[in-house]
Amino acid sequence: MSAHGHDIPVAELIDVTRTYRMGGNEVRALDGFSHSFGRGEYWAIMGSSGSGKSTLLNLLACIDRPSSGVYKVDGVDTGTLDDDALSELRSRKLGFIFQAYNLIPQLDVLENIMTPLFYQDDPPPDGPERARKLAARVGLANRLDHRPMQLSGGQQQRVAIARALVNHPALILADEATGNLDSATALEILALFDELHAEGRTIVMVTHEPDVGERAQHVMRLKDGRIESIVRDQHTAARSEFYASAEAAS
Amino acid sequence: MKGGALWRTVRLGVSSLLLHKLRSALTTMGVLFGVSSVIAMLAIGEGASAEAQEQIRLLGSNNIILRSVKPREDFATSSSQTTRVVSYGLTEEDLERIEKTFPGVARVVPVREIYEEVRFSDRAMNPRVMATLPMYREVTNRVMYEGRFLTDQDMERVANVCVLSDSVASYLFPVDSPVGQEVKIGADYYTVVGVLLSRVRAPSDTAPAGKSTAEVFIPLETGRKWYGSMQVKMRAGSREMEEVELHEIVVEVANPKNVPMVAEACREMLRRNHKQPDYEDVVPLELLLRAEETKRIFNIVLGSIASISLLVGGIGIMNVMLATVTERTREIGIRRALGAKRRHIVTQFLVETVVLSVGGGLFGVALGLLVPAFVEHFAKMRTIITPTAPLLAFAISAGIGVVFGIYPAWRAANMDPVEALRHE
Ligand SMILES: Nc1ncnc2c1ncn2[C@@H]1O[C@H](COP(=O)(O)OP(=O)(O)OP(=O)(O)O)[C@@H](O)[C@H]1O
Ligand SMILES: [Mg+2]
Repeated sequence: MSAHGHDIPVAELIDVTRTYRMGGNEVRALDGFSHSFGRGEYWAIMGSSGSGKSTLLNLLACIDRPSSGVYKVDGVDTGTLDDDALSELRSRKLGFIFQAYNLIPQLDVLENIMTPLFYQDDPPPDGPERARKLAARVGLANRLDHRPMQLSGGQQQRVAIARALVNHPALILADEATGNLDSATALEILALFDELHAEGRTIVMVTHEPDVGERAQHVMRLKDGRIESIVRDQHTAARSEFYASAEAAS
Repeated sequence: MKGGALWRTVRLGVSSLLLHKLRSALTTMGVLFGVSSVIAMLAIGEGASAEAQEQIRLLGSNNIILRSVKPREDFATSSSQTTRVVSYGLTEEDLERIEKTFPGVARVVPVREIYEEVRFSDRAMNPRVMATLPMYREVTNRVMYEGRFLTDQDMERVANVCVLSDSVASYLFPVDSPVGQEVKIGADYYTVVGVLLSRVRAPSDTAPAGKSTAEVFIPLETGRKWYGSMQVKMRAGSREMEEVELHEIVVEVANPKNVPMVAEACREMLRRNHKQPDYEDVVPLELLLRAEETKRIFNIVLGSIASISLLVGGIGIMNVMLATVTERTREIGIRRALGAKRRHIVTQFLVETVVLSVGGGLFGVALGLLVPAFVEHFAKMRTIITPTAPLLAFAISAGIGVVFGIYPAWRAANMDPVEALRHE
């Protein structure tokens, strides 16, 4: 993991606001948002449509910048970084999984998985090896030379997950990663997320499906760009709630 | 970017282009035809100018050629209505003035034409029969095919000998060598002593086509003896008497540097002594300079046309690349989200554009080398491909890729990643 030690959060947002100007009036997609995502945590971000989930995730992914406030990745203030440094940070520390898979059609599976490494200033020499291992891990070892068009949706999303892991990211981000998949395939993907969480990786995933949100360790609900509620350790909480209600009943 | 990375980018560019084979192929057409027309036009231009320069040089760049020209009717002096006498042209006096008073002149060769038919047995033709001096051949750089040219002895003896140009020789003597045979010029017999190679018709030659290369030479003294300056010319039913002392004077200048000076002196002298414009001058050196100037203008015109076609090709490529960038907005967003820096996106699209234009350039060079070969074969025109032409054309096509690729690549690199990812 990081040399910074375990006390520094992977992603720390301090009073972050993201506003969009629509003609005369201002839309606050994120409004004074402060939160720290700790190392090894598995978060589900939930909330109704337009509550600011994607806005938050784009900020976390460093493809968008806050209008005000501070965002630190592994203790580094992203506000001080220029476009190149921010891009380098994306290719080294972040893994991004999209709803629409977003593989690059001209590239085969192996090349797609390696893409983030291509863009690092000093690419690791073991890229192909890493990509092969990851492909095997997501069950696509025999599909390395296939193009995205030759794969099913679930297979494409698994390639995308392998791609998000190839750079050993500090933070894995997923925006509605199961949104385009049928429930059986979605369960396979969620099982992969569980494995990653068990390995100690940090995951933030956006979803509006309650049964997907239930799989995460912690749940955050957004409303109008603000945190509405946070449930930490929802499974233990649910279990203690269950026991509490059972005790009360007896 | 390291070598391996650049190679990967080129491969990626090629495979992106291969996704749309027809579109890519059509896009390269502009550059293809631009480049091939540059090469073809340069080759044809070079060939034509080399040909012209060679012909002018054959006239002798040391020489000034003065010719008698029949002036327009109203200038000519005529006597009676039935038999008209037209007198005009260069005179023995002109010849003497040039010989005696002009500095820098090495040799002066007079030519008198004789309007007679030339026959051998049952074959007859009307070549230019020229009575001239033995040094005519040397001064005009002509080459013997066989036998000898006229000599001083022929002059002294006022001999009835003649030299045929090869076209006359092959017409009158299709089988045997003419040397030693007797041909009939007008009413008299002349012994053929040699055959002279024909000169290719120079572009400036005002003599009618076909006739200029058919020539027969006799000693000047022989011509003077049998034919006075007054000669009969048959002309559409009416007989016309022409009085011409000399038809041509070839002035050889010792030093080519003095050619313009001597040419000007000749013009000045003729202007002073001739009341009517009954002469013309041909100065090969001036023609050569003019041909070079023409070539320069030709090159500028060709260059402009080629530049325009290449510009159009470049604009075509840019147009397609802009469409491609829009079409692949999402791909750009993905790549940026995965960590691609602006320069990676710029390189990717620039490489694609350069691959397109260089591809077009390569095929263009191939076509450009083929066209002159066809022109040479079918139009019988000379073409010259200078080694720099294909290299230049190729470099230009690569340059076009860079110049017209920069804006689309810049557009791609400056897209907002979030917006790009949202694209349809
Ligand atoms: N580019 C933009 N320009 C203007 N307004 C925007 C833009 N992007 C987002 N917004 C606004 O910001 C708010 C939050 O949008 P966001 O996409 O984060 O919502 P979301 O929670 O992801 O919704 P969904 O569940 O529908 O994906 C919305 O009101 C939206 O209209
Ligand atoms: Mg969203």
